[in-house]
Amino acid sequence: MNTRAAGSVLPPIQDDRLQRISAEVADMTSAQLQWVSGYIAGLGAGRSSAAPQPVDSRALTILYGSQTGNGEGIAGALAKKATDSGFPTVLQNLASYRPANLKRESVVVLVVSTHGEGDPPDDAELFCEFLMSARAPKLAGLSYAVLALGDRAYVNFCQTGRELDARLQELGARRLMPIVECDLDYDEAAASWRNEIVGQLPEWLDLTPVVPHLRAVESRTKYGKENPFAAEVLSNQKITGRHSTKDVRHIELSLEGSGLTYEPGDAVAVVGSNPPQLVAQFLDLIGAAADESLQLDDDIVTLRDALTNCLEITAPNPSFLRAWFDVCGSPELGALLEDGRQEALIGFLQEQQVVDVVRRYPADIDPQRFVSMLRKLSPRSYSIASSPGANPDEVHLTVAALRYQAFGSEHWGAVSTHIADRVGEGESLAIYIEPNSRFRLPADDTTDIIMIGPGTGVAPFRAFVEERAERGATGRNWLFFGDRNSSSDFLYQLEWQRHLASGALHRLDVAFSRDQDEKIYVQDRIRENSAELYRWLEGGAVTYVCGDARHMAGDVNDALADVLVQHAGLDRDAAEARLAALRREGRYRRDVY
Amino acid sequence: MTRAPLTDVERIKAQSRHLRGTLVNSLDNPLTGALAEDDIQLSKFHGFYQQDDRDLRSERKRQRLEPAYSFMIRARIPAGVCSPAQWLNIDRLAGQYANGTIRLTTRQAIQLHGVIKRDLKQTIAGINASMMDTLAACGDVNRNVMAPPLPGLSSVHRLVQTDAERLSAHLTPATRAYHEIWLDGERLDQDEVEPIYGDTYLPRKFKTAFVVPPQNDVDVFTQDLGFIAIVEGGSLIGYNVTVGGGMGMSHGETETYPRLGSVLGFCERDQFIAVAEAVVTTQRDYGDRTNRKRARLKYTIDNRGLDWFRGEVESRGGIRLQAERLFMFVGNGDAYGWRETDDGLWHYTLFVQNGRVADQESRKVLSGIREIAKVHDGEFRLTPNQNLIISEVQRESRASIDELLGKYGIGNEEQGTPLRLHSLACVALPTCGLAMAESERYLPSLVTKLDSELEAAGLADEAITIRMTGCPNGCARPYVSEIGLVGKGPGLYNLYLGAAFAGDRLGCLFLENANETSIVAELGGLFRRFAAEHKPDEHFGDFLVRARVVRHVHEGRDFHGGSVDARA
Ligand code: SRM
Ligand SMILES: Cc1cc2nc3c(=O)[nH]c(=O)nc-3n(C[C@H](O)[C@H](O)[C@H](O)COP(=O)(O)OP(=O)(O)OC[C@H]3O[C@@H](n4cnc5c(N)ncnc54)[C@H](O)[C@@H]3O)c2cc1C
Ligand SMILES: Cc1cc2nc3c(=O)[nH]c(=O)nc-3n(C[C@H](O)[C@H](O)[C@H](O)COP(=O)(O)O)c2cc1C
Ligand code: SF4
Repeated sequence: MNTRAAGSVLPPIQDDRLQRISAEVADMTSAQLQWVSGYIAGLGAGRSSAAPQPVDSRALTILYGSQTGNGEGIAGALAKKATDSGFPTVLQNLASYRPANLKRESVVVLVVSTHGEGDPPDDAELFCEFLMSARAPKLAGLSYAVLALGDRAYVNFCQTGRELDARLQELGARRLMPIVECDLDYDEAAASWRNEIVGQLPEWLDLTPVVPHLRAVESRTKYGKENPFAAEVLSNQKITGRHSTKDVRHIELSLEGSGLTYEPGDAVAVVGSNPPQLVAQFLDLIGAAADESLQLDDDIVTLRDALTNCLEITAPNPSFLRAWFDVCGSPELGALLEDGRQEALIGFLQEQQVVDVVRRYPADIDPQRFVSMLRKLSPRSYSIASSPGANPDEVHLTVAALRYQAFGSEHWGAVSTHIADRVGEGESLAIYIEPNSRFRLPADDTTDIIMIGPGTGVAPFRAFVEERAERGATGRNWLFFGDRNSSSDFLYQLEWQRHLASGALHRLDVAFSRDQDEKIYVQDRIRENSAELYRWLEGGAVTYVCGDARHMAGDVNDALADVLVQHAGLDRDAAEARLAALRREGRYRRDVY
Repeated sequence: MTRAPLTDVERIKAQSRHLRGTLVNSLDNPLTGALAEDDIQLSKFHGFYQQDDRDLRSERKRQRLEPAYSFMIRARIPAGVCSPAQWLNIDRLAGQYANGTIRLTTRQAIQLHGVIKRDLKQTIAGINASMMDTLAACGDVNRNVMAPPLPGLSSVHRLVQTDAERLSAHLTPATRAYHEIWLDGERLDQDEVEPIYGDTYLPRKFKTAFVVPPQNDVDVFTQDLGFIAIVEGGSLIGYNVTVGGGMGMSHGETETYPRLGSVLGFCERDQFIAVAEAVVTTQRDYGDRTNRKRARLKYTIDNRGLDWFRGEVESRGGIRLQAERLFMFVGNGDAYGWRETDDGLWHYTLFVQNGRVADQESRKVLSGIREIAKVHDGEFRLTPNQNLIISEVQRESRASIDELLGKYGIGNEEQGTPLRLHSLACVALPTCGLAMAESERYLPSLVTKLDSELEAAGLADEAITIRMTGCPNGCARPYVSEIGLVGKGPGLYNLYLGAAFAGDRLGCLFLENANETSIVAELGGLFRRFAAEHKPDEHFGDFLVRARVVRHVHEGRDFHGGSVDARA
C-alpha cells in the first residue's frame, strides 16, 4: 500500500467497481494520480453540492505531506498495518485533501516533513497555509497525532510538524499522543509509533477491528524512491578547468524506457555508495575483517557491503554521536550533546565526518554494534540542469565532487564521489525524480526572470534558459553567476556565451571571488546593478535563488533587501517584509541546500 | 576589370579611429578572456596577440569552457639595446603577470607569454614605466628596427644603433590611442592625423634592419627594408639599401614565397630617413590591400619591377640613389663568449637556446641573468639570433660576471656543439595560433640526434646553421638556413637545404612531410657525403648546391620550381 490516491478500506462502492478503478490507475505516475484524485474529488464536489463530502467518522484518516517520499512511506506503512489489523483507514495526500473536512473527521494522524528553511513540503503547502490562517475552523471534535520528519542538521528541525501540532491544539483538537519527531534515521521511531497507534486504535475509534474483506490494489508509479530507475550514464564530464580547485561534473543520464518525466526546477535523487578508500579506513579502525557477516535489519550482509552500500558513513548525525558517546565516554563529546548547544552541534555536524569522530574519540567497538549505530545511506538530491524539451529522454545534472583535506587526511562525500568516480559512461546510476513545484518557471512566458545561482546553484538555470528558449518565451532572462576563478570555474561558459549571442539569455553578471585580491560575490554584483534590478522587479520579474544555503542564500537576501532600501525608499524592516511578500506571491523563489 | 574587395582587416583599421576600436570594452568584458573579433586585429598594433593554450584546446571544449585565452606581449626594443634596470623590470613582470619566462625573439625584442586579459593593462603600463613600449611591435606598421648588436668597431656600432633608433622613432605611429588605453592618457582623437601611415596604416607588416658587414647577423636580406652600412676608413659613410625581403609563405600556394631583398642602390647617411619614408609610403600606396597573403612589399616589387620601385622612392624622397657599394658577408650567426671592442670594453655573448629565458634544472638562465642585471653597470643587447649579450663590461668586472655565469650553470658555450649554437627555433606550440608542428619544444632534441650523426661523420666541429619553424611563416628565417625545417603537421616537416651560411641564398625543398626518422637518416647520409667530398672551408649549404643535391634557388619566384626532382 503505497499510494497517493485517496482510498478507503471500507469504501462506499462495490468491490468490482473499485477494482476496475484501481486497475485503471495502476500504471499512473504519482503526478497523474494526484491530478486524477483532484479531478474525481472535483466531480464528487460537483454532484453533492449541498451535502458535505462523505466522511466516515469511525475510520482512521492518515494524511501526509512529503517531498522526497520518506513521509509517504511511513504513512503508507501505517495505513497497511491498520488495514491489515482490520481498521477502516483512509490514506490521503495533503495536496488533495480539503482542509475544511477536518471539522468532520474524528481521528486524524498527520505525517509531515520539513523542507526549504523550515517550510512545509510542496504538497502540504496550501493545507498549512489554510490551517495557519484565520479562516481555519474550530476543531473541537477532532483527535489527532503528528509524526514530524526532519533533519537535525537544520536549525528549524521538524518545524512544519511542530507548527501543525501546536496549531491543531490551539484550534481545540485533542492531542492523542505527543508529537514524534524523526531525524533522518527514522525507521525505528516510525515503527514503534506505528505499533503504538495501532494498539490504541480500538480505544480511539471505539470499535473492534474486523478482518478486512478487501485490500486495495497495489498501485504505484513504476519508478520512485522504493524502486529507483537504473539510468544509463551517457556522459560524465568534468567541467572545471585543469587548474581548478574544484571538480564539478556535468552528468547526462538516459531516461529512455523509464516513463519518468520532469520539469525544470525539479531535482533528481541519486542512490549512491561510499568511497572504497573510506570503507577501508573504517575496516582498519574497527579492526574487523571485510567479509565478516553481520545482521542488518532482516538481512545478513558482509561488513564491507554494509559499509559500502547500506549505511551512512560520511555525514554524522546526533543519534550517532549519542551512541558513540555511550561507547567512548569522551567528556568533550558529551558536552556537545548537552541541551542548549544546538548551534555548536550543527556546526560540528557540518564539519566532521563519522570517521573524524571515531578517530578523535577512539573506542573499542565490535562491528555489529558499530553498524547498528549508523543510519541508512540516504539518496542525495541534485538539481536538474536540463530542459526535457531540449533533451528528450535525458536528464542532466551538475555535480560538485566533494573531496577535501581535513584533520590531516583526505575526505570524500559519499554520493557526489559515487557519481564522479564510481560510475563511468555506459554504467548506470539509480535515480528517481523529486518534483519541486515551488521552483517553477512562471507560467506566463512574457514574465522576466532573474536567476541567482553561484557554483552548482547554476544547474537549474541551465534548464530554465534552455526551456525558455525552447518555448520561445519572450520574457527576459538575467543570470547572476559566481565561482572562484573565471578561467577554470565558469560553469557552462561556452553555453552562456552562445545563449547571449542567440538572445536566449539577456544579461549575465559574473563574480569570481579569487580573480582579484578582494573577494567579489554575486551579492556584490546585485548591489552594483541595483537600479536595473529594481526596474526588473517593478516590471514583475520573478527572482530565483539556488545554491549554498549556509552563506549565499542569506547574503543574497540581504543584497536584495538593500536594493529595495535604495530604490523603493523602504527602511530595512519594510524591505524585509516586502521580500517576504514577494516570496508568498511566488515572485521570489529559493532552492537552497 | 572589377576590383577585388579590400580585406576585412582594412575595414577594421579604417573604422578603428586610429587603432582605438572597441578595445576598452573588450578589456572590460568579464564574460570572456578574449577580445572582440575586430579588436584582436587592432591589439597587434598595440603590441599584443590573443592566443590560447593549444595543449588545452580540445580538453576545454569538452569542459564547456572557452579556450584558455591569454596574450603574448611584445616589447619593442630598437637595436635590441636594453639596460639592466629595464631587464629587471621585464623579469618582474614576467613573474607577476606572465608565465614566468621571457622570450628573446628573432628580431631583438622581448616577448611575454600567458598574460591574461585582466592583467594586460598593468603589464603594458609596467613595461612603459621603464621607458620601453609595445606600440607597433606587431601590426601593419614598421616593426622593431634591428641593428647588429656587436660589430667590431664600437664607434660604428653607436652610429648605426642611433640611426636605427631614429628611424624607429620616425616610423612609429602617431596615434594617441596607445597612451589613452594603457597609460590613462587624455582622450585626444579629435583631428588626429597619421602623417606617414594615413588612416589605414600599411597593407601588411613591415620590417627594417641595419647591418654592418661582414657579419649578417640580422639577416638583412629577409627584411622588407635593409640598410647595409658602408664603412670607409673607419667611418660610416652611408648605406646600401635593400628592399623586398621576406620569409612568409603558405604551404601549397606557390604564389607565396620567401624572397631575398634586392639591393636598390646606395644612399648617403643623411638620406636614410628620406629613403625609408619613401619606401614605406610607396608600399602604403601600392601594396595589395585585397589579399593579405600577397600584401608584403616583396610582392609589390615583383609585381611592378625594381626599376619602377626605385623611381618611385627617388621621386618621393627627393633623392638620387647611387650605385651599390661593395660589401661581403661571411655568416649570419653570433660569436659566443667574451669579445673586446676597440674602446676597451668587453662583451659576453650568451647562448640562450631558442631565446627562452627560463630556469631549468642545471641551466638557470632566468635567475642567472637576473643576478647579473643586479650587478651589471653596462647594458644588455639582444641578438637577432635569440641570444643575449652582456655588453660594455669593464675588464675588471669580467671575473664577477664569469662567476655568476658559472653559478647559474650558463655561459658554458664551449659545451654546446656548433650545430646547437647555430640553431634557431620559432615559438610554435603551445602558444602560437598558427603552428602546425612543434618547434621550440622539439628542436633541441632533434639537434641531439643530428649531433650524433655529425659526430659519426667526423664533423663534430662543423658549424652548420639549422632553423626550425612550426609553420611556413618562417619566423626563425628557416629559408636562409643551411638546414631549414618547416612544420607541416604534427611530427612532420618540410626539409629545405642549400641556403648559404651567410644568409644570402635561399634553400630548396629537399624532403616533404618528413618525420624524424627520415630527417635524421637523410641528413646523416648527406653529412657523410659532405665529410667525404667537401672542399676546404666549404660550407654544407654551398656543398649541397655544388654537388647538385639541391637546385640553386636564385630568387624568390624561383623557390617552388623543380624542388624534389632536384634530388641527386
Ligand atoms: C617571436 C617570433 C619568433 C621567435 O621565435 O623569435 C615570431 C613569432 C610569431 N610570428 Fe613571426 N615571429 C618572429 C619573427 C618573424 C620573422 C623573422 C624576422 O622578422 O626577421 C619572420 C619572417 C620575416 C617576414 O616577416 O617575412 C616572421 C614571419 C611571420 C609571419 C609571416 C609573414 C608573411 O609575410 O607571410 C607571420 C604570420 C602573419 O603575419 O600572417 C608571423 C606571425 C607570428 C606570430 C605573432 C603568430 C600570429 O600571428 O599569431 C608568432 C607568435 C608566436 C608566439 O607564441 O610567440 N610571423 N616572424 C619573432 C618575433 C620577432 C619580433 O620581435 O618582432
Ligand atoms: C534540493 C537540493 C539540490 C541540490 N542540488 C545539487 C546540485 O545541483 N549539485 C550538487 O553538487 N549538489 C547539490 N545538492 C547537494 C547534494 O545533494 C549533496 O549534499 C552533495 O553532493 C554532498 O553529498 P555527498 O554524499 O557527496 O556528501 P556526504 O557524504 O553527504 O558528505 C557531506 C559531509 O561532509 C562533511 N563536510 C565537510 N566539509 C564539507 C563541505 N565543505 N561541504 C559539504 N560537506 C562537508 C560534513 O560532515 C557533511 O555532512 C543539492 C541538495 C539539495 C537538498
Ligand atoms: C532542501 C532540504 C531542506 C530541508 N530543510 C529542513 C529543515 O529546515 N528542517 C528540518 O528539520 N529538516 C529539513 N530537511 C530534511 C527533511 O525534512 C528530511 O529529509 C525528511 O526525511 C524528508 O521527508 P520527506 O521525504 O517525506 O519529504 C530538509 C531536506 C532538504 C532536502
Ligand atoms: S613560424 Fe609559424 S609556428 Fe613559428 S612562431 Fe611563426 S607563425 Fe608561429
